[in-house]
Amino acid sequence: MSALAAPKSLSTSVHRDVPAVEVEHLTKVFRRRAKHAGLFSRRRRRMPALKDVSFTIARGECVAILGQNGSGKSTLVRLLSTLLIDDGGSARVFGNDVVRDARTIRRLVNRVSVEASFFKKMSADENLSYAARFYGMPPSVTRTAVPEILAKVGFPPDRRGESMQNLSRGMQQKVALARALLTSPVLLLLDEPTTGLDPRSKLEVQDFVREVRQTHDATILLCTHDMAEAEALADRVGLLDRGELLFLEPVADVKRRYGVETLEEAFFAATGRAFEEEHDDEDDEYREVFG
Amino acid sequence: MSAIGATMRSELIGLGGIVERNVYLTKRYFLWDVAFMFWTIANTLTIVFIARSVHLTRAAENTLAARLLVGAVIWAFLGIIFEFMTETVAWERWEGTIEYTFMAPISRVMHLGGQGAFAVLYGLIRATILFFAVVLFLGIHTPHANYGAAFALLAIASLSFIGIGMMTSVLPLISPEKGAQLGFVAQGLMLVVSGVYYPVSVMPHWMQLIAKISPATYAIRGDRASIVSGTGLVWADVWPLLIIAVAATPLGLAIFHRGEVHAKKHGKLKRSG
Repeated sequence: MSALAAPKSLSTSVHRDVPAVEVEHLTKVFRRRAKHAGLFSRRRRRMPALKDVSFTIARGECVAILGQNGSGKSTLVRLLSTLLIDDGGSARVFGNDVVRDARTIRRLVNRVSVEASFFKKMSADENLSYAARFYGMPPSVTRTAVPEILAKVGFPPDRRGESMQNLSRGMQQKVALARALLTSPVLLLLDEPTTGLDPRSKLEVQDFVREVRQTHDATILLCTHDMAEAEALADRVGLLDRGELLFLEPVADVKRRYGVETLEEAFFAATGRAFEEEHDDEDDEYREVFG
Repeated sequence: MSAIGATMRSELIGLGGIVERNVYLTKRYFLWDVAFMFWTIANTLTIVFIARSVHLTRAAENTLAARLLVGAVIWAFLGIIFEFMTETVAWERWEGTIEYTFMAPISRVMHLGGQGAFAVLYGLIRATILFFAVVLFLGIHTPHANYGAAFALLAIASLSFIGIGMMTSVLPLISPEKGAQLGFVAQGLMLVVSGVYYPVSVMPHWMQLIAKISPATYAIRGDRASIVSGTGLVWADVWPLLIIAVAATPLGLAIFHRGEVHAKKHGKLKRSG
């Protein structure tokens, strides 16, 4: 089986007559310890991460969601990957509800996040092999599939046995892409896959995403704060701002709607703020989780 | 292949993946494991040397040393199981793989079962090395020992230990910073009521009642009898272990499920490394 071919077992879970992703009035609220709460106080402040978000993605479409750090992009990706439970609304992947049908969805979805996330002492070969087992791929399959997919993402064969900690960030991100594609997902969630990469690695990853679109029956949701990347890769671009989806349409329509030349200008027109001004409140969420 | 057969095959491959990953990690951290083994041996010696200090006849001293050794070995074995089960979440959170594992289509029973299966294999190897290292170091004689029965009873007890380990492995999901340490508190509490270095009969009555539901009580009692007196597998030790295993495994899974839902509601299934 080609490393990029969708396995037959997925076909029963993919309803062909429904959109790849349907999100309706999706809401997620995190509760954080109040700033001046006492040691034993249970007082929490509500921090909405997603506010009544609705959209659909057609099968085979590539949609980019733009937004600053803390705008809710990662929360959206984690909800669709069954890692969070929403506080309202619904989300379906190929007709399967992300909460009720979580196990079905896990066979259909894979993701690449901003952090490569591997066992750092283990090699690329080892990391990919054990991860593939969780998707039912035995050693007889991964023995050929792992080298094949690593070759496709341009990973040097002589470094397959090297610890991940010795690889550059760009190399690690290629292995992350390979891990996601090894399981032949029909919905690929890319959460800032090129953030922190050097320009060359960035272009290589973007080229590979294009290749995946051409060769693999995958729907792609790309979350990024790189407007040029969104414009280059996506059929439609959405803007998530402080948990609210302000628009989701082709780039040309966005520019026409706001009468602007660039997506940066569209962001300013839609929010009244410059794209660069936004503060990074990811740390706030981090403190909420681990505080 | 039927749908059920295909699902079972896929699940077992997933369980194998967990074991495979732990084998890779053990290979990579082998020298650290050797160092940890030396520490465990030294720690065990500090306990077994007590037998030399109480001025008994040579035979009685030997018996006491063997009794203490069995307690220390089971403490170490249980420590390995609890460590691996607790690190199901804690280690993955540190490495950053936690989200990828929890969004994979492997059932939690296979996920935790795979972690437990590796822990038992690894723990049995370490327990064997520890036992014979201390026996050789102190010259403890175990002429009547029935190692087969001792090994078999430990393997049976492992089913209950894994079930209880599943319950403790939820702690890092609830508290990312302190949950792992709480797992070791649970290990200590279990052993204190199970007669790890003393007979259960010396404890207060209420502690003796708790000892009845601790699998370590039966594992320690049975293994002591096998090593010191050469007793075979005794049904009175086996059936409570089987009953506790049957109760503890689904209860452990249910508790872990509750913890997972809590973590998903509050956004705690995140990396911290």
